[in-house]
Amino acid sequence: MKFSLEKLKFGLFKTKENLLGRISQAVGLHKKIDQELLDELEEILIKADVGPSTTVRIVEGVKKEATKNKIEASEKVIGLLKDQVTSILTAGETSSNDLFSPHVIMMVGVNGTGKTTSIAKLAKDFKDQGKKVLMAACDTFRAAAGEQLEIWAKRVGVEMVKSMPNQDPASVAFDAINSASARGLDVVIADTAGRLHTKVNLMEELKKIKRVMGKALSGAPHEVLLVIDATTGQNGLSQVRMFNDAVGITGIFLTKLDGTAKGGIMIAIADEFKVPVRYIGLGEKPEDFQKFDPVWFAEALFT
Amino acid sequence: MFEDLTIKLEGIFKKLRGRGKLSESNIKDALKEVRLALLEADVNYKVVKEFISQVEVKAIGQEVLRSITPGQQIIKIVNDELTNLLGKERVEMMFSAQPPTVFMLVGLQGSGKTTACGKLARYYRKKGRFPLLVAADVYRPAAVDQLKILAKMLDIPIFSSKDDPVKICEASVERARKDGKDLVIIDTAGRLHIDEPLMLELLNIKKAVSPQEIVLVADAMTGQDAVNIAKTFEEKIGLDGIFLTKMDGDARGGAALSIRAVTGKPIKFVGVGEKLDALEMFYPDRIASRILGMGDVVSLVEKAEETVDLEEAKKLEKKLKKETFTLDDFYAQLQQIKKMGSLESILEMIPGMGGKMMKGLKIDDKAMVRVEAVINSMTKAERQKPHIIDGSRRKRIALGSGTSVQHVNQLLKQFFMMQKMIKNFSKMDLKKFEKGFFSFR
Ligand SMILES: Nc1nc2c(ncn2[C@@H]2O[C@H](COP(=O)(O)OP(=O)(O)OP(=O)(O)O)[C@@H](O)[C@H]2O)c(=O)[nH]1
Ligand SMILES: Nc1nc2c(ncn2[C@@H]2O[C@H](COP(=O)(O)OP(=O)(O)OP(=O)(O)O)[C@@H](O)[C@H]2O)c(=O)[nH]1
Ligand SMILES: [Mg+2]
Ligand SMILES: [Mg+2]
Repeated sequence: MKFSLEKLKFGLFKTKENLLGRISQAVGLHKKIDQELLDELEEILIKADVGPSTTVRIVEGVKKEATKNKIEASEKVIGLLKDQVTSILTAGETSSNDLFSPHVIMMVGVNGTGKTTSIAKLAKDFKDQGKKVLMAACDTFRAAAGEQLEIWAKRVGVEMVKSMPNQDPASVAFDAINSASARGLDVVIADTAGRLHTKVNLMEELKKIKRVMGKALSGAPHEVLLVIDATTGQNGLSQVRMFNDAVGITGIFLTKLDGTAKGGIMIAIADEFKVPVRYIGLGEKPEDFQKFDPVWFAEALFT
Repeated sequence: MFEDLTIKLEGIFKKLRGRGKLSESNIKDALKEVRLALLEADVNYKVVKEFISQVEVKAIGQEVLRSITPGQQIIKIVNDELTNLLGKERVEMMFSAQPPTVFMLVGLQGSGKTTACGKLARYYRKKGRFPLLVAADVYRPAAVDQLKILAKMLDIPIFSSKDDPVKICEASVERARKDGKDLVIIDTAGRLHIDEPLMLELLNIKKAVSPQEIVLVADAMTGQDAVNIAKTFEEKIGLDGIFLTKMDGDARGGAALSIRAVTGKPIKFVGVGEKLDALEMFYPDRIASRILGMGDVVSLVEKAEETVDLEEAKKLEKKLKKETFTLDDFYAQLQQIKKMGSLESILEMIPGMGGKMMKGLKIDDKAMVRVEAVINSMTKAERQKPHIIDGSRRKRIALGSGTSVQHVNQLLKQFFMMQKMIKNFSKMDLKKFEKGFFSFR
């Protein structure tokens, strides 16, 4: 999985109103870093879904840095902004790349964010690395969720543990992990039903799946990936907070960055929680994804 | 992070009340808070800007000076304006004089189109129509299967074939005509608004079947990009209405305002769950107060008025003031709440409690039965003075109620939390508190 800035840029900059254009324009109008220019920056950040609080903090940071380092020329502002964003994003970057055997990954998230599709992406990537992957169809609730995952398993060429509609999802996870352990498979990826983080019963169900995974294999799941849609606004914070409280998120899979949304909520999330973004989704095909790189991300947002 | 707007505004105007005067700069201060609330709710930056300047003009022109609590007055103006912008009147779906009527649902990937198709089919069948569901998503894995399953659950016919989407839609209308179905509901594939070929496909479907309603299905959690999405769909294919999904969570739903502002199209339905009956009509006043972060005050008041015994409510208010809230009261409250509907939906409607504040205090409906059982197994003394419930009493109560000590502990913990919260509330001066929320029905 190579990281291509071109692809990311392509996704991020498809709108006429891209950040770079806006900032250069703003900079062109202002010779010095003044309040008007800072307001302009605020607008740009808020429009990228960074959210009012984090935006204020970033703009304050830019101002402070400018004063401290006696920077007056407004064209330097892009650099300062990039630094601020990168430092916020890297503060949360503490993910390990160790693989357990079998390595168990649980995908969680609100409805329709792209969990099932992202599993296909991860599975293909592991397979391309020569790993043996087993998918577990733990979404036993949504109509045709199992069928959807099965089609992906076939297309990508990995195995899958099927389930019956309304079967206890924890039991599916349990069977999958046991089967992977017994047969020496490398990676288990469990699909779970989409659920809003405010639904107590459904979050309890998720906790149970996680608990039962731990019973099948001590230490499992090794990764719990929260899948967030890049078009998500400030609700993303609530999603991270509550999913993290319930099952302990190890990373974020940010999907649909091929649209016009900027995914700026990731900056607010990194600012408030220390959960790293691991991957970004850039389309509906298994190969349409990248490893997340905070430096590149900030670069692509502002350069 | 985000406090209740009412409380904030009351704070701003507190100093003012002494002097009894309201200046332009005070309105500005208040509107700064309103602006923040709207941005936190994901209303688009530009929409917020325009909205605030409109409200400012209105507020200065109006007799804010005369009002008793200026904070309330501002909120009322803001709330009214928001409601106006969202569209005061409910706009019904259009039906063709010559059946079949065609609805076509469009939107981004995963927004909830397929589910919305099922909900509309169910809804209109109940209203006496004969729907035919059409599976025009030939791209997403198992998309057709998904709609088939929903159709089977509803026992409503579905049309699907191996053709391309345009041909499928054409043929489906033919089929409806033949089979005497008067409502064709087309489920299209999710697509990005910038995906030219797929947007063209929608245009071709539109040309082929001339739908009465092209409905944009939009996720309530959408952020600032909602304007780009809605505007592009409107420009490229033309929209007749909006179906706002996933409003059953804690999203403030500012996207509704953005979409409405850039398209001018009415929001017709609101999705409030994954099940096919989780469909609501759109009430602008409710969404307005939700966007402002004031909870769904209107709905709560309505529901409460319908069901809550006024005497009981008065008694409770007295208790709250005296800070003698006991487990008996807690129990009585639960009974009242039960009359109003699901606990979850009630909690979401209470101002400031949709999110963080009630965290850990949320009880699901099943748990409520348990809570009742636990309280029923307590002695009178225990209900009046919950702090006397020690370890051995807890064990007894658990046994008696057929629950576990854990459940008893949990309930007591929740009760004490609630007691504490209520104390804080009564400290806030209940009268003012009430007025703030309930004065503009
Ligand atoms: N454009 C784009 N679409 C995506 C991406 N990832 C997923 N999708 C699409 O988003 C839609 C929802 O994806 P799913 O994988 O079914 O989402 P999910 O989270 O499993 O949904 P539920 O199980 O219903 O909660 C599908 O149409 C996917 O093709 C992405 O990175 N970009
Ligand atoms: N909580 C909640 N979930 C919803 C609502 N509407 C739809 N969903 C869920 O959102 C997810 C996506 O719904 P779909 O109907 O498959 O969305 P779609 O737009 O057809 O998706 P694509 O065809 O992949 O573009 C599913 O998990 C649904 O159960 C709603 O109002 N509330
Ligand atoms: Mg899924
Ligand atoms: Mg669909």
